[in-house]
Amino acid sequence: MSEDRKQNTVYGKYEAVIGLEVHAQMQTDTKLFCGCSTKFGSGPNSQTCPVCIGMPGVLPVLNRKAVEFAIKTGLAMHCSIAPYSRFARKNYFYPDLPKGYQISQYELPLCVGGHIEILVEGTVRKIGITRIHMEDDAGKNIHEAKGNYSFVDLNRAGVPLMEIVSEPDIRSPKEAAEYMRKVRSIVRYLGVCDGNMEQGSLRCDANVSIRPVGQETLGVKAELKNMNSFRFVERALEYEIKRQIKVIEDGGKVVQETRLWDSAAGVTQSMRSKEEAHDYRYFPEPDLVPMATAPELIAEIKAGLPELPDDKRKRFVSQFGLPEYDAELLTSEKALAAWYESAVSEGGQPKAVSNWIMGEVMRLLNESNKTIEECPIRPGQLAAMLRLIDNGTISGKIAKTVFEEMFMSGKDAETVVKEKGLVQISDEGAIEKAVDEVLAKSASEVERFRAGDDKLLGFFVGQVMKATKGKANPQLLNELLRKKLG
Amino acid sequence: MSLHHSTRRGTPYLGCPGARRKGGLKLKLNELTVSDVRKLIDNREITARDVIDDTYKRIDEVEDRVKAFITLTRDDAYRMADNAGDTIKSGKSSLLAGVPIAVKDNMCTKGVLTTCASKMLYNFVPPYESTVTGRLSAQNYVLVGKTNLDEFAMGSSTENSSFHTTKNPWNLECVPGGSSGGSAAAVAADECIAALGSDTGGSIRQPASLCGVVGLKPTYGRVSRYGLVAFASSLDQIGPITKNVTDAAIIMNAIGGHDPSDSTSAPLELPDFALSLGQDIKGLKIGIPKEYFVEGMNEDVEASVRAAIRKLESLGAVIVEVSLPHTGYAIATYYLLATSEASSNLARYDGVKYGFRADGKDLLDMYMNTRAQGFGPEVKRRIMLGTYALSAGYYDAYYKKAQQVRTLIKQDFDKAFTQADVIITPTSPSAAFRIGEKATDPLQMYLSDIFTISINLAGVPAMSLPCGFTKDNLPVGLQIIGKHFDEQTIFKVAYAYEQSTDWHTRRPKL
Repeated sequence: MSEDRKQNTVYGKYEAVIGLEVHAQMQTDTKLFCGCSTKFGSGPNSQTCPVCIGMPGVLPVLNRKAVEFAIKTGLAMHCSIAPYSRFARKNYFYPDLPKGYQISQYELPLCVGGHIEILVEGTVRKIGITRIHMEDDAGKNIHEAKGNYSFVDLNRAGVPLMEIVSEPDIRSPKEAAEYMRKVRSIVRYLGVCDGNMEQGSLRCDANVSIRPVGQETLGVKAELKNMNSFRFVERALEYEIKRQIKVIEDGGKVVQETRLWDSAAGVTQSMRSKEEAHDYRYFPEPDLVPMATAPELIAEIKAGLPELPDDKRKRFVSQFGLPEYDAELLTSEKALAAWYESAVSEGGQPKAVSNWIMGEVMRLLNESNKTIEECPIRPGQLAAMLRLIDNGTISGKIAKTVFEEMFMSGKDAETVVKEKGLVQISDEGAIEKAVDEVLAKSASEVERFRAGDDKLLGFFVGQVMKATKGKANPQLLNELLRKKLG
Repeated sequence: MSLHHSTRRGTPYLGCPGARRKGGLKLKLNELTVSDVRKLIDNREITARDVIDDTYKRIDEVEDRVKAFITLTRDDAYRMADNAGDTIKSGKSSLLAGVPIAVKDNMCTKGVLTTCASKMLYNFVPPYESTVTGRLSAQNYVLVGKTNLDEFAMGSSTENSSFHTTKNPWNLECVPGGSSGGSAAAVAADECIAALGSDTGGSIRQPASLCGVVGLKPTYGRVSRYGLVAFASSLDQIGPITKNVTDAAIIMNAIGGHDPSDSTSAPLELPDFALSLGQDIKGLKIGIPKEYFVEGMNEDVEASVRAAIRKLESLGAVIVEVSLPHTGYAIATYYLLATSEASSNLARYDGVKYGFRADGKDLLDMYMNTRAQGFGPEVKRRIMLGTYALSAGYYDAYYKKAQQVRTLIKQDFDKAFTQADVIITPTSPSAAFRIGEKATDPLQMYLSDIFTISINLAGVPAMSLPCGFTKDNLPVGLQIIGKHFDEQTIFKVAYAYEQSTDWHTRRPKL
C-alpha cells in the first residue's frame, strides 16, 4: 500500500469495506405477479387479490413491464443481461409474507457484472455492481399500541422490487451516500423507480467490515438494516465503522451479525447473530418457467435508453466547459439537467447559468419546497436576466433581488427591473454627484485612505451604493472613486 | 363382444330411444356416461333435472357406505341443472350441459367449501374459481360435490383424510386408492357421471385402477393448475376420472388448453381428443419396459396386464421391449422433490389469513400450535422431509441430485419413445388393499405408486383403464403412457382396447 493511499483513508490504520444492497420499488402500475394496483397510501388490503394474499391454489404470472424495467436498469448500470434467468423461492415465516416465501432470484439473476461511477472529492470512482434481480415485496405489519393484536396490510405484498447489489468497492460512508444518490439518480432518469426513500421506494442494507490498510482478506462483516435516508446511511456506517474499530482496538473480535440502525439513538444495535440467521432454503420457483431474454428485446430496450447521468456529466464537462463538480450536480436530476440546457440554449453563458442554478435557483426552490419542475421561473427568463447583467442594465448584486422577485411573481426580469426602478445608474454625472456627497461627509476617512488605508475603498463604495439604493454601476463607481481619491 | 361404445353398462336404450319414459325400463340415469347423458338431454328424452335426481337418489342410497364425498352441493347442483336445462331449452347445448360431475376437494370452487381433507382448511371457502371448474361451468356442468382425498393429496388410500376414509365400492373393506380416492369411488359407485382428480405421483391413475374406472393424468402443462391447491407444483396435474375412455376425451376437451393464469400451462392448441377414438392401431408400436415386470407384483395383476398386451397385439399393435433404466431411482427422487416443493407450498397455512388457527402466547407459538394441530401426520412427515432436503448443506446432496436424476428419468422416456409410440405397464403392483393394511407403514404405502411416479417426474401423460379382475373380484388397471403432449395416441390405444373388452361395463354390487 502506497503512502498516499494510507493517508487517504479516513480511519488511520484501518480501512472500511462496504457493499450496499439497494431495494428499488419499480414504478409499474400493477404488482409483480398479479394485476393489483401498486398505488401507495390506499386503505389497508384494498389492493389485494387471491394471488397476492397467498390463497391456496393461486399461481404467479410475471409482469412483463417489471422485467423490462429491470433490464433497463441493468443496461444503465453496464450489466450484462442473462439470456436465461429464473426465479427462486426464499422461504421464511412472517405474517406480512402471505405465501410463506418470497419469489426472488437466486442462482440465475437477470443482470450481472456492471458498475456505476460516483464523484467523491473531485475524483470519479467506479463501484462494481454484482447483480440486479427482481423479487416481490412483503406486506406490512401494524402493531396496535394497546391490546394484543397486530394487523397485516398486504397492499404492498407483491409490489415489484429490484435488488441492486454492489461489489464491496465502497470505502467510506460518504462514498456509500454518493453511491446511493447515483443509484437514485439513475433509476429516476430511467423512470423505473420514483426514488422516494421516505415512502420506502428506495431502501438500503449495507454490509460493512474493517481491515488494516494493506490487508487483502476481508474482515468479519456486519449487515446494517433500516437506513431510510442518505443521511442515515452515512451516519449508520460512520457509527458502525467506529464501533468495529473500537472492538478490535480493545482486543475483541467483530462478530458476524445483522444490526439495526436506530436513528433516534444514533447507534446500530444487534438484531440477530449468524447462528440465528435464517436458512432460506432457496430452490427454483416451480410455478414460473425459466425466463429466456431475447437479444432483440435487450437491443430494443438499449436503443430506447435515455442519456444517463454519467454520460450527461461527461458531456456537460466537454460541451459547456463546466467543472466536474458543477456537471455532477446539474446532471443528478434529469429535469434539472434539462432546465440547465434549456437556459444555455436560450443564450445563457454556461458557467453563469450553472452558478445561478447551484446558487439562487436551488436556494429558492429549497426554501419554497419546490422541485425544479415546479420552478416558477422558466430557463429562458434566467437567460434573459443574465443578459441584463451583461449589458450593464443591472448589477450582479441587484440581479439577486430581481431574481427573487421573478421567482415570487413569475414576471420577466425586464418587467421587474422597470417596475421596481432597479435599472443600474450608468450616468457618470449622477454617480459623480453621489460620490462627491459621500466624500464631503467623510473627511476623516478620506484622510486615512490617502494616508494608505486601502481597505477604506470598500467603505466608500458601500456608502455610494447606499445612497443610490445599490443601483450605481459598480465599474463606473470604482473608476470615479479612484480618480477623486487619487 | 358387441356392445355399443357409448353405453358403459351395455344398457340397450339406444335401440329404443326414450325407452325409460315410454317403455318403463328402469334405466338409472346416474349410471350413464357423459356421452349418453349428452345425447339423451339434447334429444329432449330426459332433462338435466332427471339426471341430478337419479344421481342424488344414488348418493342417498350408497354414500353412507362409500363415503366418497366431503361436501355435497345439492342446492348448487339443482340450480346448475336448471341453468343447464334453460340453456338446452333455448336451443343451445354445450359439452357438459347437465352432466353431474364430482370434483376433488383440492380444487377451488367459488363459494363452496374446499378443504383438501385437512383440518387446516376445514372452514375455507374460496373467493375464486379454479380454471378447470370454471371451464366445466362454461360447458354448463352440474357440480355434485367435493370428493374425499388424502390430506393435501398426500397418500395412496384416502386414509390420510382428516375427515374419513373412503371405501372401495368393489369391496367396502378395501381402500379406493388415493389420493383421488373419493373421485374414483364416486365414479365407480355411480354417484356421479364423471369426476376430476389430481395426480402428483399417481393420484388419478392408482385410484382409477383400484376402483375399475378410467383415469388420465395429462401431460404436465396440458391442464391449468390455477386453483388446484398445490402439493408439488412441478408434478401436479389435473385430469378426468370417468366410466370410459370416450368420457375422458370429452372432459379433456373441456378442461385442457393454455391458461394465461398458469405460466406452466403450455401455449399449445388443444386437439379434439374425440377424433382419436376409433382409429386403427395396426402397426402401432407398444413398448413394454422390462424394469416394470418385476418380482413382487401380484400375479393376478401381472396376468391381466399380460393378457391386455396380447389383446392389443391381436388388434395389430407391435410389441417391443424397451428399457427405462433409472426406474429404480424414481421413488427416492420423487420423495425428495415432491416433499421439497410441498414444504414450501404448505408454508402459507400459518393461521394468519384463513383456515384453522390455534392460539399461542406469541407469534411463534401460534405458528407452531396451528401447524401442529392443523396438519395430519403424513403431511407433517413430508413437510419435514422437504424442509430437510432443502436445508443449507443438504441441498446439493438431496434436492439438486434429485433434479439431476429427474432429468435422467425423463431422458429414459425420451429414448424409449424413439422405439415405441406408447408404453404399457400395470398401473399399480396390486389391486385394492385392505383399509389399515399399509396405514402404519409409509414405505409400503409409497411403493403402491412405484409404476406411476416416474411418469410425473418425466412430465408425460398416462392413462389407467380397467383390464381385468383379481380372483377376489377386485379391478386391475392397465397404464398406457404417451409422449409429451401426445394424449391422442393414448386415447387411440385405450379406446381400441376398451372396445374389444367388457371390463369397463362391469359394476360393483353395492
